[in-house]
Amino acid sequence: MEIIVCIKQVPGTSQVEIDPETGTLKRDGVDSKLNPYDLYAIETAVELVEKYGGHVHALSMGPGQAKTALLEAICMGADDGTLVSDRSFAGADVLSTSYTLSQAIRKVGSFDLILCGKQTTDGDTAQVGAEVAEFLNVPHANNVMALSDITEKGLTAKVNLDAYIADEFIPFPALICMDAEVNTPRLPSYLIRKKIGDDAVRLITLNDFEDSDKSHYGLSGSPTHVERIFPPEKNVSKEVITGTSAEQALKIFETLKKRKFI
Amino acid sequence: MEILKINQDKINEETARELISLCPFGAISYDNNKLDISAACRMCKMCVRKGPEGAVTLQEVADAVSVDKNEWRGIAVFVEHRNGEIHNVTKELLGKAKELAKVTGHPVYALMIGSEIAEPAKELLRYGADKVFIYDDPAFAEYLLEPYANAFEDFIHKIKPSSIMVGATNIGRSLAPRVAARFRTGLTADCTKLEMKENTDLVQIRPAFGGNIMAQIVTTNHRPQFCTVRYKIFEQAAPADNPDGEVVPMTLAPEKLASRIQSLAIEEKPKEIDISEASVIVAVGRGFKNPADISMAKELADLLGAQLACTRPMVEGGWFGPKKQIGLSGRTVNAKLIITLGVSGSVQFAAGMRNSECILAVNSDPEAPIFDIAHYAVVGDLYEIVPELIRHCRKGGSLPNEI
Repeated sequence: MEIIVCIKQVPGTSQVEIDPETGTLKRDGVDSKLNPYDLYAIETAVELVEKYGGHVHALSMGPGQAKTALLEAICMGADDGTLVSDRSFAGADVLSTSYTLSQAIRKVGSFDLILCGKQTTDGDTAQVGAEVAEFLNVPHANNVMALSDITEKGLTAKVNLDAYIADEFIPFPALICMDAEVNTPRLPSYLIRKKIGDDAVRLITLNDFEDSDKSHYGLSGSPTHVERIFPPEKNVSKEVITGTSAEQALKIFETLKKRKFI
Repeated sequence: MEILKINQDKINEETARELISLCPFGAISYDNNKLDISAACRMCKMCVRKGPEGAVTLQEVADAVSVDKNEWRGIAVFVEHRNGEIHNVTKELLGKAKELAKVTGHPVYALMIGSEIAEPAKELLRYGADKVFIYDDPAFAEYLLEPYANAFEDFIHKIKPSSIMVGATNIGRSLAPRVAARFRTGLTADCTKLEMKENTDLVQIRPAFGGNIMAQIVTTNHRPQFCTVRYKIFEQAAPADNPDGEVVPMTLAPEKLASRIQSLAIEEKPKEIDISEASVIVAVGRGFKNPADISMAKELADLLGAQLACTRPMVEGGWFGPKKQIGLSGRTVNAKLIITLGVSGSVQFAAGMRNSECILAVNSDPEAPIFDIAHYAVVGDLYEIVPELIRHCRKGGSLPNEI
């Protein structure tokens, strides 16, 4: 069974803000981490391959430093990692990112299953998986809680559809976005990390793609554009409750009572 | 369309250093006397606006093909329903669509896919749809991605709506990207605010860059323009008693009903109290030092007849299950009262609760962004304030029956 896991490196902190004085964006610290939701997809992939044989190929699109995320996936049990990186990918929106990933997947090779996390913690769109599946013309399911009855032909996915849960038979090749909390992701193995070099991650660029027309990628390939960015609106009519802790507690109580919450 | 142009003649070590420190995404590098912008660029244009004059500029590039916006007319809402029972998010979107349609004079459409839905479809007319297009076939009795996507595609080809709004439910978040990609068009997830331009461009506003920032997003040269909106972001329009409008049956070629995915079994979820429906909420964040301390928030919640909810780090830390999480990756709430304890108030969290009528925030950090949206700001130690507040509530008040 050949499985591709799509992962992303995300900022380690969510504290990006607009500096009110200079109007610049500031991000505290430059640390980054593997998107926490991807851990469930990696764990699912590694467990499947342990049980049924095959390979787990980790794939990520991002700048050079995203290699770290792929190394982490390898240390969790992925057989190899591929980083898709090119200056032409800058400014990509959902559609352009999905198209880039679908091109990269064609390059990585044939697959039975593509696994993704539920969403990333920086973009938070939860849409890239479904768009990648459309570009590859394979069926997909989001919010998958468990996989079972795995055969050569396909699998059964437990799909969370809000009001109910559907057991769906999904034929291979397919793309599945795993829900959060569906398993306990293993820790990256230090032993594997010692064994592999940084060159364990393969780099592919636009020139490696079937479609290497620059205008299909990055900002040029993105139908949506950010017109402006601004800080969230502030509430102007704010009442500040001051005093010692005991006084504050009493004032809160009186406020709640006055507003008939108590 | 605009792209970034690096004017290398204006780049030297000093300007490069300035640009590198300005870029919040670490996308700018300087090697061999050459400045480069990597794929980490998110087009925030900080380097253009705040960088050394003329170093990085915007260059207008002509779009290869330009869309004829006059060919695309109407604001369409995808109808989320179960056996004809319409989800409230659909009614909320119809209310918003009606408001947006006033700017352009476009009609409001609803797209309903299901089996035996001719009757329930009429209900949508009351909530603001001028026309309800229905794909009514036994093959649509249960939600299946592929036939639903095919019907959606057929609707777009035949009706050519300019904007399409989809509820950000699990089904909506699966279907909308599938169809948007089929039309190679833009899709903006989880919009918290929508406006309409006279030229029919839909202005989509959502938190972005994983930070405390809002982005205004437009799809200037593609149609239809897709967006998803979560439940409880917009208000339903008051239903009309004798609405005009009509239900229009649509047909789909039989081969388009085929599905590679097969539904094997359906399991109803036990009805549980959803925090989205709660009118009073106590939300806890990282200000709590130990899981055991949550009992104090629980007690306060019980005294107020409130549901207990939390922030994303609390779920990631295993303190709560994901269903209790408020925010962009959790639930959206629209409470009458929400008390936040030790919640800093990231924009992702705020997006999930800022429409609440009364927000009372307790946090030790006076700079916490939660105080920007709170109606009552309490800068202080929750470990001292909450037990005291509980004491007052215990002796001081009886809970009103109707909140």
